Amino acid sequence: MSTVTAAQLSPHLRRLEAESIAIIREVAASFRNPVMLYSIGKDSGVMLHLALKAFHPGKLPFPLLHVDTTWKFREMIAFRDWMAREKGLDLVVHINQEGVERGISPVASGSALHTQVMKTEGLKQALDKFGFDAAFGGARRDEEKSRAKERIFSFRGAGHAWDPRNQRPELWSLYNTRIRQEESIRVFPLSNWTEFDVWDYVLAERLPVVPLYFAKQRPVVKRSGTWIMVDDERYPLNPGEVPEMRWVRFRTLGCYPLSGAVESRAETLEEIIAEMRGARTSERQGRLIDTDEDASMEKKKREGYF
Amino acid sequence: MDTNAYAADQATRGLLRFLTCGSVDDGKSTLIGRLLYDSQLIMEDQLSSLEKDSRKHGTTGEEIDLALLVDGLEAERQQGITIDVAYRFFNTPRRSFIVADTPGHEQYTRNMATGASNSDLAIILIDARKGVLTQTKRHSFICSLLGIRNIVVAVNKIDLVGFSQDVFDRIVGDYLTFATSLGFHSIVPVPISARYGDNVTTRSGNMPWYRGTTLVNYLETVDAEAEAVDRPFRFSVQWVNRPNLDFRGFSGTIGSGRIAVGDQVVVAASGKTSRVARIVTADGDLPGAGAGDAVTLTLADEIDIARGDLLCPPSQRPAVADQFAAHILWMDEEAMLPGRQYLMRIGNLWTPCSVTSIKHRIDVNTLEHQAARSIELNGIAFCNLSTAKPVPFDPYEENRSTGAFILVDRFTNRTAAAGMIAFPLRRATNIHHESNLVDKQARAALTGQKPAVLWFTGLSGSGKSTIAKLVELELNRAGRLTYILDGDNVRHGLNNDLGFTDTDRVENIRRIGEVAKLFVDAGVIVLCSFISPFRAERQMVRELVEQGEFLEIFIDTPIEECIRRDPKGLYAKAKSGAIPNFTGIDSPYEPPTAPEITLTTVGTSPEALAQDLLRQLRERGHSA
Repeated sequence: MSTVTAAQLSPHLRRLEAESIAIIREVAASFRNPVMLYSIGKDSGVMLHLALKAFHPGKLPFPLLHVDTTWKFREMIAFRDWMAREKGLDLVVHINQEGVERGISPVASGSALHTQVMKTEGLKQALDKFGFDAAFGGARRDEEKSRAKERIFSFRGAGHAWDPRNQRPELWSLYNTRIRQEESIRVFPLSNWTEFDVWDYVLAERLPVVPLYFAKQRPVVKRSGTWIMVDDERYPLNPGEVPEMRWVRFRTLGCYPLSGAVESRAETLEEIIAEMRGARTSERQGRLIDTDEDASMEKKKREGYF
Repeated sequence: MDTNAYAADQATRGLLRFLTCGSVDDGKSTLIGRLLYDSQLIMEDQLSSLEKDSRKHGTTGEEIDLALLVDGLEAERQQGITIDVAYRFFNTPRRSFIVADTPGHEQYTRNMATGASNSDLAIILIDARKGVLTQTKRHSFICSLLGIRNIVVAVNKIDLVGFSQDVFDRIVGDYLTFATSLGFHSIVPVPISARYGDNVTTRSGNMPWYRGTTLVNYLETVDAEAEAVDRPFRFSVQWVNRPNLDFRGFSGTIGSGRIAVGDQVVVAASGKTSRVARIVTADGDLPGAGAGDAVTLTLADEIDIARGDLLCPPSQRPAVADQFAAHILWMDEEAMLPGRQYLMRIGNLWTPCSVTSIKHRIDVNTLEHQAARSIELNGIAFCNLSTAKPVPFDPYEENRSTGAFILVDRFTNRTAAAGMIAFPLRRATNIHHESNLVDKQARAALTGQKPAVLWFTGLSGSGKSTIAKLVELELNRAGRLTYILDGDNVRHGLNNDLGFTDTDRVENIRRIGEVAKLFVDAGVIVLCSFISPFRAERQMVRELVEQGEFLEIFIDTPIEECIRRDPKGLYAKAKSGAIPNFTGIDSPYEPPTAPEITLTTVGTSPEALAQDLLRQLRERGHSA
């Protein structure tokens, strides 16, 4: 590596990068048993890259955790395992077995119950099982209204509950990292990044991302006005329905039956960024879980969702 | 735009962080909604959600209510008040912006200070119909206190006063008169209508008399970034990076100034010096780095450095002191009491800290100085503070990164205060600790006993003094040197200037603790029998002496039983209102969470309890 890469970053991205690195170091220095949530998406990828930078030339002083719902795109899982090998990461994968036994799925149970059981409950199980007292997440404040008010160090009481009225004021970069037994902290190093910043950074640093972000002909069906990719045989098709091949890509990744694809021919990072500059819909539009009900993200967060 | 042109465009843009403040209904949220809307960051799906929300919660009739774009949480939306700090992001072709949306509601001063702490500029909104209000003054003062030097006075809702120049001029005049004492470098007034967009992004045709710039144009061009690079080098060590025996680096973010390979640095607290050998980053070593860069430094010499140490140039050192004066903005529901111990975070250093005296409280509405014995939520005061060990710092006015601190409640862990250091106090610097020729061990050896503080805590009438006296009798018979401190011998002499307010109770216990410490130093077993209702003060005394020397003995008697016993008739008086602030009646008692010894008094005798206590002391290795 050389100093060339750093020179390519705009002053704005350099400032964001330095702020995130400081946050990540702070957690490693202040908590007994931190963990980094790795959701395989572009934001997670940027966060992981920043963490590797933060401790260079040392290794990551904490493990990664992926809460697998068993409904992720197959390409995501392949990418995850490749990254773990490539970077020599200590990766923990947790699946809510109880949810699996109950037959919970986004198709049979609906998105709300599936998210609650497989993501929120699964996450809490994993945090409790390993006794993690701090967990990094890749959420950004620009994603959604209730996120805009989230702290960088977000305090969670016993049972992981988030109380928006009982959050600590955050002044300067003097984070209050003190917690008692049973309490924990969720930390968001990318709080001040926007979706544009993330893609600009992926481009500048040439970070690998899951190929699903790039346009390609994929088998899709239309559901509630949204293109859904049929990633495996579990997806229920209507009688006689045959998925059609369309040029699509994904702006956010999650469980495939809940991730809407957008029609696109953007096959490179440059084309993705150019396409976004002309876009007229927000990134979360493709996420079916946010529109379940009014202020749905806030409700999920109170329950312990990231 | 092709990628090259885009990259060039990015490179020229700096980031501006600003906050918006104003009173309830001044239109802050509408202004931010307008900025997002005008910079075309409102996407189609958000717009359709906005139209839906406007019909449900909006206050603008059939029109889109831009404020709903930014008022996030459910409860706030229903109350129509922004409760918390929200951060918003937008950019124009010339600059990126992070906006801290802070509340105008009176109770939430602390959130405004939070937003201000990370901002380079503030927009003060004034409703053209209402003019300069108390809240306007309060917010301006907080901005000034937090070190913001650039102010935009946005006179909003100018459409509702007929775009009147007279109204605008009068408000600006009022504001400038008020703000002269606040030390702002620039104050730029702009007449706007956030709802209709006049003078926000585009010039208004409704106010030909206004010759100034639009709000956005000003924000794009103002040079408001703190000149952190021009200040002396400051680097607070955040993480010691030691992956193997061959590498020992000090990671952190440069708070101010610049550093280059070969530069001399000194550890502020210890005075040890070395030279910078390498500036390590994941993208390769750098020849130099400046304020805001997150780097890892290696030094030429093996010197003792830990997280929290401050590296600086030998010729430009910060103050290092354990006593200093500072402004404090109180943020906790529980009031600040002088003498109570908090945890202070300054840079990456945590240390116990207490306010030794309140010089004055500042009335944020009039800026008047007032006497005060405590600071309530949202109060601002100028105080003297004392830390458990010397800390390095600069005055906040000279350096935000080394002059700012927070105080944290030791029990709830809530962030209790924001502080800005003004100057070190020289008083303590001439009092050096001289070690005596005879020490505690030598004194204790004469009697062959282990000195200790036996701290009896419990409600009035719980039996503390009765048991303490019986225990002292037994110890005395066994040839032990003892002393009892209780209300009878302390309140009438040493502490006869103190009453029973929370503030005085804290000071009472602090003095008793210091006296108990001297007794322990003299080799004595000292029995302290005080209600001592607050955990914080008992903890404070515990930390005055060495580990194992403080034994907290909880005399556990239910309040009903104490009222029934009422040996001095105090409960009867308290209930009749004759004694205010009586513990258990109208003043709280916080039972110990982990006392060394608990004695439950109901159903047994004081003599039996005294024997039980003596037995437990022996089991703990005390010479009872």
